Amino acid sequence: MNQQELIPHLFRTEFRKIAAVICKFLGIEHIELAEDIASETFLSALEIWSYKGVPENPVAWLYTVAKNKARNQITRNQLFSKKIAPEIKHSASKNTEIEIDLSEKNITDSQLQMLFALCHPAIPVEGQIGLSLRILCGFGIDEIANAFLTNKETINKRLFRAKEKLRTEKVQIAFPHTSEISNRLKTVLTTLYLLFNEGYYSETRDDVLREDLCLEAMRLTHLLVENGQTNSPEVNALLSLMCFHSSRFPARKNERGEIVLYQDQDETLWNQELIANGVYYLHQSSRGNKISKYHIEANIAYWHTIKADTKEKWENILQLYNHLLQIEYSPIAALNRTYALSKANSKEEAITEAEKLKLEGNHFYFTLLGELYADIDIKKAIHNFERAIDLAKTQTDKLFIQKKINKLKEY
Amino acid sequence: MEEYALIMRHEDGLKVASPEQIQTWMKQTMDWIDHIKAQNKFVGGTGLPFADAKVVWYNNVVTNGPFGDIKETIGGFITVKAESVEEAVEFAKGSPVLQGDGNSVEVRKIAKNDGVH
Repeated sequence: MNQQELIPHLFRTEFRKIAAVICKFLGIEHIELAEDIASETFLSALEIWSYKGVPENPVAWLYTVAKNKARNQITRNQLFSKKIAPEIKHSASKNTEIEIDLSEKNITDSQLQMLFALCHPAIPVEGQIGLSLRILCGFGIDEIANAFLTNKETINKRLFRAKEKLRTEKVQIAFPHTSEISNRLKTVLTTLYLLFNEGYYSETRDDVLREDLCLEAMRLTHLLVENGQTNSPEVNALLSLMCFHSSRFPARKNERGEIVLYQDQDETLWNQELIANGVYYLHQSSRGNKISKYHIEANIAYWHTIKADTKEKWENILQLYNHLLQIEYSPIAALNRTYALSKANSKEEAITEAEKLKLEGNHFYFTLLGELYADIDIKKAIHNFERAIDLAKTQTDKLFIQKKINKLKEY
Repeated sequence: MEEYALIMRHEDGLKVASPEQIQTWMKQTMDWIDHIKAQNKFVGGTGLPFADAKVVWYNNVVTNGPFGDIKETIGGFITVKAESVEEAVEFAKGSPVLQGDGNSVEVRKIAKNDGVH
């Protein structure tokens, strides 16, 4: 009996390939059936491999089973044959001609086309992210619920509504027309950006899951870079940004699992290979003359890969934030700009600017004010930190801020 | 030495399991079986796929199943050698199926044709 070890995540990796190819084959209205066929393939593996051992070529085994299951569904399901596309129905009548193409090329094409279909502007963005995680990343409902810090019912409803929308909008699983690509790409990039952020900033305590979300977002963005039609400067800028951010993963937590802030991180833990990739894609992104928010954020992230605090660094970052806020205002970017201002100019100036923002429902806002006041007015610093604790949602955050107060009180 | 069948029953909730979860279960099942094999007490076993499952009834009616009213289904069984039912129960306790709420492993002695049973 063969007892070879399976590579980690093999099922998840193969699930998303099988699901994308079969869904592309059956059409978006049968997305659930495609999911079921893919799921059942792995249940078969569970039922057989567990007892008989892993076959010589596990992937080929899975593909054969998936193809058979799809074929059986198509030929057997009466109701289905009424609704199905004529070309499939045609081949279904001659059973043997149904050929599901699980070649590497068709897998990549199907995944890219699915990415465009799922990130359709008609679908609410949280539905896009959920469906992408399910179909393009092979996550289960539990895992998605965990990532969003919500329950299975909420995710099920969200996915159900998104699938309904795909059906009613008759979204095609196809590459958008050349004239439409750049427009459609915008929605895709927003979803990938949010998917990455979900992993990077998520409050879930499961570190493995968080990193997985980021890696998946990077993998999908990489698919776009690899394809001639979608390899735009914007896509490269987004991938560059993701590389720079994820390079700091190993340094973001200490042995006790507590968050280590940027300025306290041990930069020898930063992943140099990812930083080098980030620089590469940043170069690639400088073709053309359009500057997107991803370009600016990638440049900001680039400056953060240089640990030393120089005037040049913070002035550059400050300018970039000014530019970013002109393109797209966000309270978090405004807060970050204030931090850059304190580094480039002075804390006093930063306090004046920060207090104009009045983000009084945001614990980061009060944490930053606390930091800025720490050397100037301890009382005000503590007061701001205390307001931050009241607003912080997780216990980890509350403890983190409390530590800052304790430190101030020691003086 | 007797032989015992360990019959794994679980609720039909497998379909919604994530691929990652299924891979974990598989690894755990393999480890469980390896542990029994290491003691030279494993006889054989198989999974019982749900796909195409049928039930033939007393009145010649054939239904798809075992679903519907029946909440739990048999997912598979293994046969082990054990000195006593207690030892077989110890083996059963290691089954990853038991991680699921409401799941169970039934331990049944296999009849021997030796005139004693």
